[in-house]
Amino acid sequence: MTASLALAATGAVLIAAGVYLFMERSLMRILAGLLSLSNGVSMLFLVSAGTPGGASFVADGSDSSTITDPLPQAMVLTAIVISLATNIFLLALSYRSFQLDGHDEVADDVEDAIVRRRAEADLTSATFDETEAGIDHDTDLDEAAVEAAAAKAAAKEQKGSGE
Amino acid sequence: MNVDIPQLLPLPVLIPLIGAGFALALGRFPRMQRVVSSVSLSLVLIVAIILLVTADTEGPQVLWVGAWPEGLGIMLVADRLSALMLLVSSVVTITVLVFSARSDMDEASEKAPVSIFHPTYLVLAAGISNAFLAGDLFNLFVGFEMLLFASYVLLTLGAPRERVRAGSTYVVVSLLSSMLFLITLAITYAATGTVNFAQLAERLQGLDPGMQLVIQLMLLVVFGIKAAIFPLSAWLPDSYPTAPASVTAVFAGLLTKVGVYAIIRTQTMLFPDSTLTTPLLWVSLATMVIGILGAITQSEIKRLLSFTLISHIGYMLFGIAVGNLAGLSGAIFYAAHHIFIQTTLFLVAALIERAGGSTRLDKLGGLAANTTLAALFFIPAMNLAGVPPFSGFLGKVALVEAGVELGTWVSWAVIAGAIVTSLLTLLAILRIWHTAFWRPLPEGTERTNKTLPLGWVLTAGVLVAVTVAMTVFAEPIFEFTERAAVDIDAGAYAAAVEESIRKLGTP
Repeated sequence: MTASLALAATGAVLIAAGVYLFMERSLMRILAGLLSLSNGVSMLFLVSAGTPGGASFVADGSDSSTITDPLPQAMVLTAIVISLATNIFLLALSYRSFQLDGHDEVADDVEDAIVRRRAEADLTSATFDETEAGIDHDTDLDEAAVEAAAAKAAAKEQKGSGE
Repeated sequence: MNVDIPQLLPLPVLIPLIGAGFALALGRFPRMQRVVSSVSLSLVLIVAIILLVTADTEGPQVLWVGAWPEGLGIMLVADRLSALMLLVSSVVTITVLVFSARSDMDEASEKAPVSIFHPTYLVLAAGISNAFLAGDLFNLFVGFEMLLFASYVLLTLGAPRERVRAGSTYVVVSLLSSMLFLITLAITYAATGTVNFAQLAERLQGLDPGMQLVIQLMLLVVFGIKAAIFPLSAWLPDSYPTAPASVTAVFAGLLTKVGVYAIIRTQTMLFPDSTLTTPLLWVSLATMVIGILGAITQSEIKRLLSFTLISHIGYMLFGIAVGNLAGLSGAIFYAAHHIFIQTTLFLVAALIERAGGSTRLDKLGGLAANTTLAALFFIPAMNLAGVPPFSGFLGKVALVEAGVELGTWVSWAVIAGAIVTSLLTLLAILRIWHTAFWRPLPEGTERTNKTLPLGWVLTAGVLVAVTVAMTVFAEPIFEFTERAAVDIDAGAYAAAVEESIRKLGTP
């Protein structure tokens, strides 16, 4: 089987660009990345079809060895339809995110951030039962203050890095 | 009446899809939608039972859709493994549908458009069935895409802020895994000229070992993302808990297990002489331990359960990595057990949210006064942690035995990890029990005294009963999974496909 190097190279470039854009936070850029990525992948399917040949129609008595392998084309058509649908969904999601928050960035895990903040502020888990463990002091207020300060600092830090 | 059994194979995919069309058209009549959904899913359940019995008595059933010559077209296969998974998934989808009959009404009054729930749910069911019955890699991809697309919609149902945030992560991660899957497909086709499992099994053996390893690793990564195997699991605990309760329950129970099924299918069929036993063992150990450590730090019930979900995927991966008969049989049993148990626990979490007004542990307390709820939580919780005599314990024992049979020091390390994980699961679960049920309500928290809808309690009760039944009938189930493992080992699947190709040639 001989395959076209130009197709493979184009596919590689498109996939590389797509992956790079995929690493971004903004959903619009991710969408652009997805477009490039899915086109690159389609190229790979054309490469996997092997030696290019005539259109894949077989009439009675025609030589089927001179035509292009039709199966990858069938697969790539399915893949194109699916990625078209996902692109539109991502577009809608991005718009909705913009509508709600004024930006379309993929956010961090909120609960994870809480656990991390508590760890940094050296607090016990929110559900740790102090009376059970024999620690009998009323630190709820202090705790809340410490946590609020930590949250503030974290928010500031995020803001600072965002600018 | 004489029915050609293989002709039933497309039905688990077709019925829900047709039902989805009707449900979409009936968008203004929620009651009719419910009738359509429950009728289609009940039909699927009946077909799944027939397929399971047939696959068990007469061997794998094969259907070439469209009857293209020489193994070109789409093929659907039900062997013991896929028939079992199909049956389990249809039981879960229909039970959760009954559960959601009430919860989606609640959702409707709050924020979500329900008219879209039923059609999407049916597409999800069709996608899951398609993934289980697919006889080639590309059809498996299509099945995955169907269920993923439905899951995108269900996860962001109504598109409130929290779900859009969690949904974007989920969608982006899933899209990346789909793209990787496509790349893998292109590579596989270029290398072998086929995507059919049975033909791949034969042709991959002739390939260069390095090329085989590339394809194997890529498939593992693709399915590892879907099955939430560490380190590809970070997306799961963030995205699942924000969805509507019934949706989370189905996702947690089924979607990751579709990934596990795909791993079992591809690893055992395509790479029987896998060189990856030791790395896979390490990965399974990491999944178990890191998953459960994550669970212990959580203070929200649904997130805690999501982490135990990741952790217990490690057990199934352990069985697959060990790869002997006992390991495969244990992994299949554990997958079936875990689908039921995780769905049940997420449904019970919804009940807790209803009864206690929250799923945050620091706001809950005193739920043990509601004995029904306490029992509904306690039984599956103990089952998850693997306390004897429940099916979780039996599944873990089977896996540990398989590990002992392998007997390398790595497998002993994983066995130790599995036992520690089991104990830590008990600890995590007992934290829920202790804070939400056993201690008095924390001061300053208002008691919400909402009664639990009867339909919820009944459906959750049915699922709890199923998990208990899995314990009682563990022996016949284990005999079945052993036969399924022997099938896989003996290559019954590929033999049945070859037989069917021969039949196609002589009409």
